[in-house]
Amino acid sequence: MPKAIPADSVGLVTPQTRRFSAPLALDCGRTLDEYEVVYETYGELNCDRSNALLICHALSGDHHAAGYHSPDDKKPGWWDSCIGPGKPFDTRRFFVVSLNNLGGCKGSTGPVSLNPATGKPYGPDFPIVTVRDWVRSQKRLGEALGIEQWAAVIGGSLGGMQSLQWAMDYPNGLRHALVIAAAPKLSAQNIAFNEVARQAIMSDPDFHAGHYYEHNVTPRRGLMLARMLGHITYLSDDAMRAKFGRELREGKLGFGFDVEFQVESYLRYQGQSFVERFDANTYLLMTKALDYFDPAAEFDHNLSAALRQAQAGFLVLAFTSDWRFPPVRSREIVRALLDNDHDVSYAEITSHEGHDAFLIPNPRYQALLRAYMERVAVEAGVP
Amino acid sequence: MTQRLPALRPDLEIISEWIAPQSRVLDLGCGDGALLSYLNATREVTGYGLELDEDKIQKCLENKVNVIQSDLDAGLSGYFDADSFDYVILSLTLQAVRYPERLLDEMLHVGSEGIVSFPNFGYWQNRLQIAFGGHMPVSRNLPNDWYNTPNIHLCTLRDFENLCAKKDIVILQRTVVDQAHRTSLGMTLLPNLLGEIALYRFRRKPG
Repeated sequence: MPKAIPADSVGLVTPQTRRFSAPLALDCGRTLDEYEVVYETYGELNCDRSNALLICHALSGDHHAAGYHSPDDKKPGWWDSCIGPGKPFDTRRFFVVSLNNLGGCKGSTGPVSLNPATGKPYGPDFPIVTVRDWVRSQKRLGEALGIEQWAAVIGGSLGGMQSLQWAMDYPNGLRHALVIAAAPKLSAQNIAFNEVARQAIMSDPDFHAGHYYEHNVTPRRGLMLARMLGHITYLSDDAMRAKFGRELREGKLGFGFDVEFQVESYLRYQGQSFVERFDANTYLLMTKALDYFDPAAEFDHNLSAALRQAQAGFLVLAFTSDWRFPPVRSREIVRALLDNDHDVSYAEITSHEGHDAFLIPNPRYQALLRAYMERVAVEAGVP
Repeated sequence: MTQRLPALRPDLEIISEWIAPQSRVLDLGCGDGALLSYLNATREVTGYGLELDEDKIQKCLENKVNVIQSDLDAGLSGYFDADSFDYVILSLTLQAVRYPERLLDEMLHVGSEGIVSFPNFGYWQNRLQIAFGGHMPVSRNLPNDWYNTPNIHLCTLRDFENLCAKKDIVILQRTVVDQAHRTSLGMTLLPNLLGEIALYRFRRKPG
């Protein structure tokens, strides 16, 4: 536990649940008749309701973006470095909303939830949700909270794809979109990594075609492998070298297949701890949402056309060592925004941390966010 | 004008007077975005700045200027279609780019008019330093030594105008000023000798 909760933390937070009973039509053609969304909020909504920020999470994220659930928590929420009093998403000025997306495993309706039609967990029968479906559900959550227009919708990686989708689907639903370490669609290589992760899960004997809850098991090995693979793609070669090099745990070679190199130990630890906190069916869904994201597809694969209706101002950020969604992918987004004469700023932040850099405190990154958020605050009429 | 604006660098002030209200501007090597910010506040001009330096990009964001991090040596066509801007500005940067000729072409590809300013290498003090000092000029406008200068493509007014003639570029306006950005009768009569900084507005020859 932290010795004391830091002064620039939002402090202790309690997740809230909202039930939606109006059916939600999904891109896959199916409908969720009713569903729940779990979210947290930090800061206060102002009288004009003009100061709300929506935080969209990435593949393995959730609603717990900042603060602590209990004084005994070892770690704060996943984006605590950016959300809090005096931080770039300053909770003294902004009302920050962070939710767990549909299909998630942290409380919002997803594969682990009971399917009202069967009384059993959805498991693999949970519909495949898309980024657009998420944005629809986020729009409803905003309305339920009395927010007609977000001061900004913010996300990194898969979260950045959601903020991009927001700007396309609800041009007046937000004033700014922060699209960080994202891409306008996945490359074949990105999809290939996702497919290996899915195969790892689905080929685990404990997967039981997704019905593992009924067998009281989890496909631990598969999910662990998927996470280990993912983790490699989140780090850069440099970051791995700096962190682990070829360091040996025992100081000498063991001529066996046990863990010998520190990097092996690290990956196994990451994989194992992930299994404790994440659901395999959710992981499958999240990777599919990534693979399917391609907003330009229905505009004859013209991203500029897809962004034509957007009204928001954009901040697009990329990290130099990110090879999962490298700067060149962000530049595709920038180019499409420039084609439309939209307000956009773009920076490539020097970092050795790879794709993970969007989650890691970095003075330049934070300064750029802070500078841009000042503009967001002025437009929101926030002192 | 309701808000007080910080003083603009004098060459930028001259350039700003050449820009028609409500036009679209691309500022290459835009620094902290002062020109765009000023043009936006005084002439409702919109557009973008391109900048490579991370500190300056941060300043642009602080100044609420749209800035795109990019390297001018990589060209403009990766980002912009033909005729996207009314003006493309390159202030005190032409001499520091790797491919000045190509950049001029690209300026007039993505914009209708180009505006450049550069330190005049033909300025009499520079000539004296070479002629009698026997070394590359070091001055207020060219403060670096030859081995550490970013200015790799220095030119004189005559050089620039010759290039424009060769490329069918029509010069629409020329101003020559001293370090304090004043002009004088002498500079008007002998610009290539007495002018320290040259400013040009130009376009491609029609047809």
